[in-house]
Amino acid sequence: MSAAVAPAADVAAPGTPRRHAARARAVLLILAVVVIGLTVVRVLVGSPMVYADLAVRAILGEQIPGISFIVVQNRLPTAVVAILAGVAFGLSGTVFQTMLRNPLASPDVIGVTVGASAGAVIAMAFFQASGTTLFWFALLGGMGTAVLILLVAGAQRSGSGGAVDNRFVLVGIGVGAGLSALISYVMTRIDTRTASDVMHWMVGSLSTSTWDRVLVLTLSLLVLIPLLAVLVTRLRILQLGDEAATSLGLRVPATRTGLILVAVALSALTVAVTGPLSFVAFLSGPLARMAVGRPSFPVAALMGATIVLAADFIGQNAFGSVELPAGVITGALGAPFLLWLLTRSSTSGS
Amino acid sequence: MPRGATVLAIVGGLLALTVASALSLSVGARSVAPSVVWDSLVAYDGSLTDHVVVHSRLQRTAAGIAVGAALAVAGAAMQGMTRNPLADPGILGLNAGASAAVVLGVYFLSISQVTQFMVFAFLGAGVGTVLVYAIASMGRDGATPVKLALAGAAITAGLGSLVNALVLLDQASLDRMRFWQVGTLGARDLGDVATVGVFMLVGLVITVIATPTLNALALGDDAAVGLGVPVRRARVGLGLATVLLCGAAVALAGPIGFLGLVVPHAARLIVGGDYRRIVPVCLLAGPSLVLAADVIGRVIAPPAEVQVGVMTALVGVPVFIVLIRTRKQVGL
Repeated sequence: MSAAVAPAADVAAPGTPRRHAARARAVLLILAVVVIGLTVVRVLVGSPMVYADLAVRAILGEQIPGISFIVVQNRLPTAVVAILAGVAFGLSGTVFQTMLRNPLASPDVIGVTVGASAGAVIAMAFFQASGTTLFWFALLGGMGTAVLILLVAGAQRSGSGGAVDNRFVLVGIGVGAGLSALISYVMTRIDTRTASDVMHWMVGSLSTSTWDRVLVLTLSLLVLIPLLAVLVTRLRILQLGDEAATSLGLRVPATRTGLILVAVALSALTVAVTGPLSFVAFLSGPLARMAVGRPSFPVAALMGATIVLAADFIGQNAFGSVELPAGVITGALGAPFLLWLLTRSSTSGS
Repeated sequence: MPRGATVLAIVGGLLALTVASALSLSVGARSVAPSVVWDSLVAYDGSLTDHVVVHSRLQRTAAGIAVGAALAVAGAAMQGMTRNPLADPGILGLNAGASAAVVLGVYFLSISQVTQFMVFAFLGAGVGTVLVYAIASMGRDGATPVKLALAGAAITAGLGSLVNALVLLDQASLDRMRFWQVGTLGARDLGDVATVGVFMLVGLVITVIATPTLNALALGDDAAVGLGVPVRRARVGLGLATVLLCGAAVALAGPIGFLGLVVPHAARLIVGGDYRRIVPVCLLAGPSLVLAADVIGRVIAPPAEVQVGVMTALVGVPVFIVLIRTRKQVGL
């Protein structure tokens, strides 16, 4: 079968990059429209419904009783946090998946998100933390875990043939499993009410989105995305293999460490704001790849934004008076979707 | 040398198991002298508080022995049949499958009997196994250790978020789940241990009988075929045995990780790579380790109790990391 396909692929090869680029632009445009559309829908639809003209007037600063607060202080920041969180998760997941050459190697699988969760859970259980304190604990937990994994896996030294990558993945899984046990233990040491709060946090939700959090995420992304943009060109060289990359003059361990730290910062910061929102980092990259035909960071970012916005909207409005946090929706839809994605990518022979 | 080491390991294992059992019966919030423990076993007197205390610890000790044997042997079987040094019921997603199925059962059907737990745990562990192997076998190089571990972690993460979402909707389920999910020995009575023990015994017997097959599989599929081993049938049989062992263990004590990883490796260090020696050593060392972990958990932070699942993780994570670091090419 492959013998019959290969010549055709060779013939098509010269035109392929340009076609991919055109397709990426088209997908990007479509996703941008979808994100804007979902944002508008998120602001207007719900209980109560808000007319578009009233929403615009409220956003422009007019005080409209019953409308201003809902639109300006609740729905709009929620939508913006959803977009920023989706972008961050999408980018972070794609870095890990591309660098570690495996669609399963997303931050929620290899221990990083668990580290942030452990930090937050400890803060909530033993320090009654909320708000800013909780944010710092989660951030510290995520970054601390990542640095620990990096050091233990020896990623700062150079290795060969993906050995470092494999070690990083496996150490991450081991550390993640240990941290899960720690979380389970803490869950048995607290009262029912706190346990329920912790569980809510661990599922991930946008219900506490405020403009402060928008500011935190925006500033973080403004720092991290340019850094990532610089590193991504080196990621392409890293893809050629450690030996080839070294002979091309790339400082492999430094590049790898830098990429991991930026990707970890993206997801740990976001987890600190919204909770883990499972599967967003996992799904964005493969979905973007399916849409474009090759991995694409901008598409993955917007894909993440779309997923989080849609999940939040579904959770808010699809179950009558019951409001479900966005993380429930991404978790419940994500698991079967992951399986479908995996069977699909295997039949298409990747 | 290996033969002498094996005899030594078996004798040492028996000794360790005896000491661990005695400690498990005597140590706790109310400590009982070993002589009184012995009295309570041979001449039980229900009017003596110490005797009642010892008997209440009997079920816990029995559960520890059953769970330890099941998980350690299951780990050895998984490592042998997948030729994967990192195989463990926790890492490869069997525990997650079993516990997710049990939580689903608790939530939707309000199950509480150990037999009901077991049915769900078997189903869950079976589905988990099939999914993880199916996912990991995709792609060119087949099921490498890294891909298996990733698939297991992904399934664990997916099922975990599903379970979290469910218990979020129901306070009662959350309360039951969080005390069970951590992995603890104290929740079942002797009758439950006996019920579950029957299924564990079947799994153990299958694995012990199949130890020569495990040795053949460890040489590689081609070599195993050359030795006349029906590879596919052997994998299915051993897979069923591990599902029985892990499902029963989860039904009894909740998901306990890392035990199936640590014990076979320790056994391998002492008696070498022959599964005919590794499995019997696991059979003794697994229960000893579980009981030791449980006893330490009882006294480490009084008056609270650190559950056995947490203690095994405490021991298991460093071992896991050492295993990864000492192997130059885990990717195989």
